[in-house]
Amino acid sequence: MRRKGFLGALLIALAATALFIGCSKKEQTIKIGFNIPLTGDNPMVGEGSKNAGDIVLKALKAQGGLTVKGQKYPVEFIYVDNELKAESAVQAALRLIEQDKVLAVVGPQGSGRAIPAGQVNNDNRTPMISAWSTNPDTTLNRPYVFRACFLDPFQAPVAAKFAKEQFNVTKTAILYNLEDDYSKTLAELYRDSWQAANGPGSVVVFDSFGQRDQDFSAQLTRIVNSGAEMLYLPVYYNFVALIVPQAKDLGWNKPIMGADAWGSADLVPLSKGSVAGYYFTTHYAAAGAVGKTKEFIDEYNASYGYIPDDVAALTYDAVNIVLQAIQNAGLSGDLQKDRNAIKDAMAALRNYDGITGKMNFNVQGDPEKDAVVVRISEAGEFVYVTSLQP
Amino acid sequence: MLTTFLQNVFNALQWGSFYSMIALGYCLVYGVLRLINFAHGDIFMTACYIAFFIATALLGAFSGGGVFVFALTLLLTMGATALVGITIERIAYRPLRMKGVNRLYVVITALMVGFILENGNLAFLGASARRFPDVIEKHIWQFGPVVLTNLKVLVILAAFAVFGLLQFIVQKTVLGMSMRAISYDKFAIPLMGIPVNRVITFTFALGSGLAAVAGILFGMSYPVLDPYMGMIIGWKAFIAAVVGGIGDIKGAFIGGFILGFIEIFITAVFPSSFKDLISFVILLIILVLKPTGFFGVARSTKI
Amino acid sequence: MALSPDIKTKQKTQLQIILAIVIGMAVVVFLAAIGVLNQYIQTVIMSIGINIIFASSLNIVNGYMGEFSCGHGGFMAVGAYVSSVLSLLLFTENKFIGHPLLPPQTALFLFPVVIIIGGFAAALAGLLVAIPSFKTRDDYLAIITIAANYIIMTAINNIPAVGASRGLMGMKGTVFAMSDLIPLPWMLIWIMVFVVVCVVAIKRLMGSVLGKGISAIRYDEISAEIMSVNTNQMKLLAFMFSSGLAGVAGGLFAHMLGFVNPSSFNIMKSTEGMVMVYLGGMGSLSGSVLSAVLFTFLLELLRPLQILKWVFIPLLLILLMQFRPEGLMGNRELPEVWAKLKLSFRGGKGNGISSGN
Repeated sequence: MRRKGFLGALLIALAATALFIGCSKKEQTIKIGFNIPLTGDNPMVGEGSKNAGDIVLKALKAQGGLTVKGQKYPVEFIYVDNELKAESAVQAALRLIEQDKVLAVVGPQGSGRAIPAGQVNNDNRTPMISAWSTNPDTTLNRPYVFRACFLDPFQAPVAAKFAKEQFNVTKTAILYNLEDDYSKTLAELYRDSWQAANGPGSVVVFDSFGQRDQDFSAQLTRIVNSGAEMLYLPVYYNFVALIVPQAKDLGWNKPIMGADAWGSADLVPLSKGSVAGYYFTTHYAAAGAVGKTKEFIDEYNASYGYIPDDVAALTYDAVNIVLQAIQNAGLSGDLQKDRNAIKDAMAALRNYDGITGKMNFNVQGDPEKDAVVVRISEAGEFVYVTSLQP
Repeated sequence: MLTTFLQNVFNALQWGSFYSMIALGYCLVYGVLRLINFAHGDIFMTACYIAFFIATALLGAFSGGGVFVFALTLLLTMGATALVGITIERIAYRPLRMKGVNRLYVVITALMVGFILENGNLAFLGASARRFPDVIEKHIWQFGPVVLTNLKVLVILAAFAVFGLLQFIVQKTVLGMSMRAISYDKFAIPLMGIPVNRVITFTFALGSGLAAVAGILFGMSYPVLDPYMGMIIGWKAFIAAVVGGIGDIKGAFIGGFILGFIEIFITAVFPSSFKDLISFVILLIILVLKPTGFFGVARSTKI
Repeated sequence: MALSPDIKTKQKTQLQIILAIVIGMAVVVFLAAIGVLNQYIQTVIMSIGINIIFASSLNIVNGYMGEFSCGHGGFMAVGAYVSSVLSLLLFTENKFIGHPLLPPQTALFLFPVVIIIGGFAAALAGLLVAIPSFKTRDDYLAIITIAANYIIMTAINNIPAVGASRGLMGMKGTVFAMSDLIPLPWMLIWIMVFVVVCVVAIKRLMGSVLGKGISAIRYDEISAEIMSVNTNQMKLLAFMFSSGLAGVAGGLFAHMLGFVNPSSFNIMKSTEGMVMVYLGGMGSLSGSVLSAVLFTFLLELLRPLQILKWVFIPLLLILLMQFRPEGLMGNRELPEVWAKLKLSFRGGKGNGISSGN
């Protein structure tokens, strides 16, 4: 009995501390929520987003807050973990909206979380901007939901067109992650545009693997022996680092084309240079960047010891878009009125000059911007090749 | 067609070797304690990380790598992982065993230990995935149409060596005999003067040592380390052990290869999106037809 | 005749309990409707409710019957998908056939039917596990349940019509259709109603002859067989009932979120269910309910700890297992514990009732 009492007391004490951590209240602050995956399968995505947020916050602290219509307001960023789960992302969104009473939410980053959380944000009339979700459904018919990146239906066709011209081939193989909607969508769109350009039968292998697979030898054996002249690999960088060396071990020596999920600082160290010479479509090129982009890269590198990846750069843009919209809209003190005003201000932004390019939001809240193709150099840098227009 | 087939045989042998080595660890602990040690997949993951740090340090000290560094890494990793296994047994499992609680509670504790290893790793080592260093230089050998690497051959040989060694320990040594004795009757054995706890400690050390061998070879073959890498391969290796007949070393060993072959050949023949679906249906059918696995012995149930 | 006052007091307390539950639910709904409980708190309450159904349904197999099922999440997935597809077809503009088959207003009455049909579908999927269980036991059965979970998940991943890995959405339309008609937090109401119905159903089943048969399997299957318990029938019943209720939980889950995707129902979901069952105590219904509440609450409260949350919670559970290896409630029920507590408090004063020793 005594033990039970002790345990009970322990639990209550824990709950109390947790509550205490959870509810820190301040007056007259601009609160922005981050709905990001700090745990789960891809914690790097969350880490990059959080680091980008911290850099913005540090700059704001140095200025003494955000100046809105001539008045300085302190700014607070609230990072909430969504564990890379859909249901958790919904809870996190509700927590930020109802409990923390944020003005706007940045994230979730991946489409699997951004689609349901976008619904919640739209229903509760709180502006949300996903930095990285490339699926059209995220913003479709949701006036309160925006994004900072281009869409899959744009990325896949331009990648197919580029690959066709660059490698001068007609037969392609595609390997994608079945359990990842991002990867699956890109793979299907690429297949369709490749077949439209090269006729039926030009996609010789269209194969997949599972989220936690580590051995791809059976799929790769099929691809190597299929007569494919190139491989399209729209998968996350951690899979790239496993797949490319395994493909080479099985005798693959033809070009490989990747997508924006390759664009991580970890790609080259993880694959130990085996990706050198391959191309991928992405949002920005870190190597050879100039101006604001370079400043951000340098500061990030100095603070965290590595070159920021896409998701960090896009999050940086996303946060700044929100801050810009707040500055344009002004603050009235009434939460719902401010949220509506911020939404309108975001939709009205014209030629916003972000570090990942110039952006205009269209009716759906999607930016119109260019995709960049980079080549991975022998030194492991992402070298700018060309920009592709929609 | 034949090329693809032959190549896939070797692919399956390599992939099956990993299942086998991990399944053997499950099987050892299960055979002695009747405990499904769900933390085993994560002990395997821990071994990968330990090997990563040891190998990185050794490669710094003795530049170049080679067989010497590999052997030293292997030994040190086995020792360290065995310590991890023993610690987990002492802290989490033994007190429960002493209280004689329902074994399913011990299984849940094992699951929790696995969570702690995974997320503790994530919390303390950061989110960045790590790349396993090249301990030995990789060579690609072309035998006619079949492409092999020296690593692939090493993995397959290692699996057989581990199996042979384990079979010897369990069948021929005194400790091994005590382990088997405990699995037959854990109430009468202490009366025979066999130090049960010491034998169990040894079992965990051995099982974790096995996970270390698998871990270091896995790190060399699939060099991207992340904290959740052990989870699914652990569950699947457990399934392999059961299909082979859990509690029997031969069964676990062969079960691993069965699962490896099923997975690789389904991927090779069908669209790979059906891999899990078909392979698990096959396993289900095997278990319905042979409810105790291939080599498992039906336990006599007392009335 | 001597027993009749006892029965009367029992009936009276039962009536009191029912009244208390109804009043409690009404208060929660009222608070939610006037906005005192914000959406976030409502969702936490709803998750607690869904976890209660999920955990107590798993308890039938893992607790009362003493088997080790590790794939309960799969059945939740079946219920979630079947009821979602139905609700999309019937009440909302959808991508399958376009128009809703029925006027959306009917959702008010037909919504529970949809959820229950999802439950029946999940019960049918339960056959996947129930039939092998006739011959197989213990750890072999554990594998079959894991395999069932994988099979269901991969199957969904291969059906493009329900979105495959992209997930299925639009179920919010049904919920909106209900609240357009009468502006009340309908999901909250339905989840609470289903929680009460499911918990009562499990309690009644386990108290009945059939339930005793299921429990008999846990203690000794062979003896049970000899005592003329049809064990195969009992297993069929237990697995189907248990997976059917998990399907109900799944349907509610899908409508609460308005979005489902297969990865929500993977082995991790099943593991959470097992944690709740064993945390509460095997074969204790109130234990499952209590631990579902505690577990969900803890998960939500410890969110600010981020990564450390998933170190902290397992550590807490391990500690709990060391001090109370039989779970929070053991295999007792709340009323028993309550009575005992009452006794131990009154025992000192000596009010005539012997504390029994």
